[in-house]
Amino acid sequence: MTNDLIHATAAELAAKIHSGEISSVEVTQAHLDRIAETDAKVHAFLHVDTEGALAQARKVDEAVKAGEQVSSLAGVPLALKDVMTTEGVPTTVGSKILEGWIPPYDATVTRKLKEAGVVILGKTNMDEFAMGSSTENSAYGPTHNPWDLDRIPGGSGGGSSAALAALQAPLAIGTDTGGSIRQPGAVTGTVGVKPTYGGVSRYGLVAFSSSLDQAGPCARTVLDAALLHEIIAGYDHMDSTSINAPVPPVVAAAREGLSGDLSGLRVGVVTQFSGDGYQQGVARSFEAAVSQLKELGAEIADVSCPSFDYALPAYYLIAPSECSSNLARFDAMRYGLRVGDDGTRSTEEVMSLTREAGFGPEVKRRIMIGTYALSSGYYDAYYGSAQKVRTLITQDFAKAFEKFDVLISPTTPTTAFKIGERANDPMAMYKADLCTIPANLAGTPAMSVPSGLSDEDGMPVGLQIMAPALQDHRMYRVAAAYEAARGAFGGPSL
Amino acid sequence: MTSLVELMDYDEVIEKYDPVLGLEVHVELHTNTKMFCGCANVFGGEPNTNTCPTCLGLPGALPVVNAKAIESAMRIGLALNCEIAEWCRFARKNYFYPDMPKNFQTSQYDEPIAFNGWLDVTLDDGEVIRVEIERAHMEEDTGKSLHVGGATGRIHGAEHSLLDYNRAGVPLIEIVTKMIPGTKERAPEVARAYVTALRDLLKALDVSDVRMDQGSLRCDANVSLSPKTTGALGTRTETKNVNSLRSVERAVRFEMTRQAAVLESGGEVTQETRHFDESSGSTSAGRKKETAEDYRYFPEPDLVPIAPSREWVEELRLTLPELPWERRARIQKDWNLTDEVLRDLVNAGALDVIIATVEAGAKPDEARSWWVSYLAQQANSKGIELTDLAITPAQVAKVIELVNAGTLTNKLAREVVNGVLEGEGSPEDVIEKRGLKVVSDDSALEKAVDEALAAQPDVAQKIRDGKVQAAGAIVGAVMKATKGQADAARVREIVLARCS
Repeated sequence: MTNDLIHATAAELAAKIHSGEISSVEVTQAHLDRIAETDAKVHAFLHVDTEGALAQARKVDEAVKAGEQVSSLAGVPLALKDVMTTEGVPTTVGSKILEGWIPPYDATVTRKLKEAGVVILGKTNMDEFAMGSSTENSAYGPTHNPWDLDRIPGGSGGGSSAALAALQAPLAIGTDTGGSIRQPGAVTGTVGVKPTYGGVSRYGLVAFSSSLDQAGPCARTVLDAALLHEIIAGYDHMDSTSINAPVPPVVAAAREGLSGDLSGLRVGVVTQFSGDGYQQGVARSFEAAVSQLKELGAEIADVSCPSFDYALPAYYLIAPSECSSNLARFDAMRYGLRVGDDGTRSTEEVMSLTREAGFGPEVKRRIMIGTYALSSGYYDAYYGSAQKVRTLITQDFAKAFEKFDVLISPTTPTTAFKIGERANDPMAMYKADLCTIPANLAGTPAMSVPSGLSDEDGMPVGLQIMAPALQDHRMYRVAAAYEAARGAFGGPSL
Repeated sequence: MTSLVELMDYDEVIEKYDPVLGLEVHVELHTNTKMFCGCANVFGGEPNTNTCPTCLGLPGALPVVNAKAIESAMRIGLALNCEIAEWCRFARKNYFYPDMPKNFQTSQYDEPIAFNGWLDVTLDDGEVIRVEIERAHMEEDTGKSLHVGGATGRIHGAEHSLLDYNRAGVPLIEIVTKMIPGTKERAPEVARAYVTALRDLLKALDVSDVRMDQGSLRCDANVSLSPKTTGALGTRTETKNVNSLRSVERAVRFEMTRQAAVLESGGEVTQETRHFDESSGSTSAGRKKETAEDYRYFPEPDLVPIAPSREWVEELRLTLPELPWERRARIQKDWNLTDEVLRDLVNAGALDVIIATVEAGAKPDEARSWWVSYLAQQANSKGIELTDLAITPAQVAKVIELVNAGTLTNKLAREVVNGVLEGEGSPEDVIEKRGLKVVSDDSALEKAVDEALAAQPDVAQKIRDGKVQAAGAIVGAVMKATKGQADAARVREIVLARCS
């Protein structure tokens, strides 16, 4: 029974909970048990909120019993990335500097999940302040990929993707600044969606890079991701960059895609994302996916987006610049860590000692890069130029979408690498986000759907599907159709 | 400290140098809520009670612009004859300071909402000079630090500091003038007159409390000296903590004499921020910075650009109230005042309260007479501004009305006013509590008159003989007997009637 419950999709669980066949408490307990059983190996969670989860599950069960109308995912458990504030529940963002901080308020995403009756199991591990591609930068130790515990689960949202792959939760929330939802999805064989920028409120999302950060759904199936997408998306007056437009019809699109017909759909293959540096098994998995899309009726052609070559350097100026300012607030004055306050030191010294002790090396590296890039005399050359590249990338997308309905590429150049392998080589680490970054810079939606396993190492590979802004439903339709045609590809054994 | 500072004689300064002014005024808007969150925007209050995740800069919290603040900023811009930006943004000004929750200030930088305007300023002798406005931009205020244990209340030497974030995120408009050259010996006066004119304008717009003592209007005075021999621009200093109109004038004058002395001794003026000390009237250098300030401005990514439609701008232009100078021109004509009288009223800060008193029902002459004589004396003796007296124009109008109705004599009226000033309540409350009503009961008055006539039979006889002016002595006696609470005119009528 427990085995069935943890293998089931969110849609299946919801149907059974809402019909009264099973209770949300049973489902929640099954997942809590699974976490207890496996998380010593995986380390997907930083905090498990057993009491809060069961209380929410009981509430949903009572509502179902009383015959009340409940949301599409009421009673279904979820793993929440520790970047979202949760009232009364610790939120560390994977950093020592926020150790012990209990937020007094819920992020909008948290609030929407609670209102929809979704059961929040706990907070998942992540690279500190979402800076990284392996979850090795967490101040609380790395998360392990359930497919191979010696490998990374991707990052920054490795905790969320690993929780899905390890069957600890059927749903998870991630945030994607340069690929932090899609890349972990690809390397753990799960679905990860970065919605259109502004599609999901950032209120309560502890900022890394404000103009790039975007929260989104993670799941094991495309339909589950769509169901979660509809719950967390929508205009929020608390976020000025939130889009005041209807949520794209992603659930309907996912259901439509299951019919398996993509005839007439124009699909562009981004030529910049192939060649040297792309693992053979990844390339072969991508080619197989292209063939399958053709079989479904899609018209496929190459498209060149030349400015995408400059996406990585532009990203590594914009994101650190914004982070250098966003992270200035962590100064020991109001919350979080305080070091050196022994009555002999000045405010500046306490601030400095706290930041020295509280931030990890990658966070410090990016604060320094960003501080430098914004400095007087360098601004135009660095931040200014990067913004120009951003405009060019947006124009490349616009041109490509004149000819194509969606664009595709591998989500990552390689499968999951070994823990420690790139830890001392930031440039190698940064390249994990090569294919995912352009969509962040342009603010357009993109997702990763598993394209099976690499024939070299047996590790999961992701297919990235990109769509124009506010056309998130297009990629769900393609992903659902592809997912059905692809079929099952097994799962990790833990 | 101060005694060590060399100063040059003011006349000598003017002989050798031309002062150049630049004034930056920060105005706290009195919107209901803060600039970027829904917290109440009120002065005072228990520390850290008007705060929320956004104005405390908690992780994850985001700003949302207060539309009312944008509207106020545009109205200020329009009243200052500025152009209103078609598209502008906020930026982040990055620096670490404990009273700034995010360690950056969300402020407009190179894209102000209003720019290129002017304000005509009337000096004490009636001369009008035009001050050009560079820009008016929006920003948020910081919290307040209270430094405990030091001698000066400044951070240097303090044992510890307390932080109050109630003020953090309060909307501010910074209004910056272009360089104001050519003011010569009148530079200090021009500075004061500009801030006064700006204050009156902001008050008329009803966008701010404009209380310098409470910090809702703050002025930073930039002063430099240009040697007459070369005409080259000098190095400027920026003086902060200038908390009254008088201080604006004193601070500019002090800086002129200090800088001149520095230059005269062969030294160089240091470009720095200086701190005005109210008690000594002098300025002192702020803490020396080891490195040049680099605020690393960049566009605020958490906010969207502001693009006010031209229709909105024109709508706001129509909502501009009668501006102070228009009002003055109208009043001068309506009340038939000479230039000198009008100027005296303006300089005494009395015009607005007189107008308000008239609007509350009094005649212009009566209202003027109260405010420029008795009430002005009271303000002087208390050492406060006329407008800070604890009496409202409506209350003054009420007192005037009671005098006209014969309920109060002028002497009683002054006592009523004293009572109001001392916090005893409304004029009616004071009359009630102090028992100040004119005795208007004729039988009581007749009795008092008869007693007075009986006490002075020779005077009574004179009146009976037709020497009407002799009635004054009887009236005086009756007024004395009734402790001034009788209506003298009525007493006189009774005296004459009794003696006919």
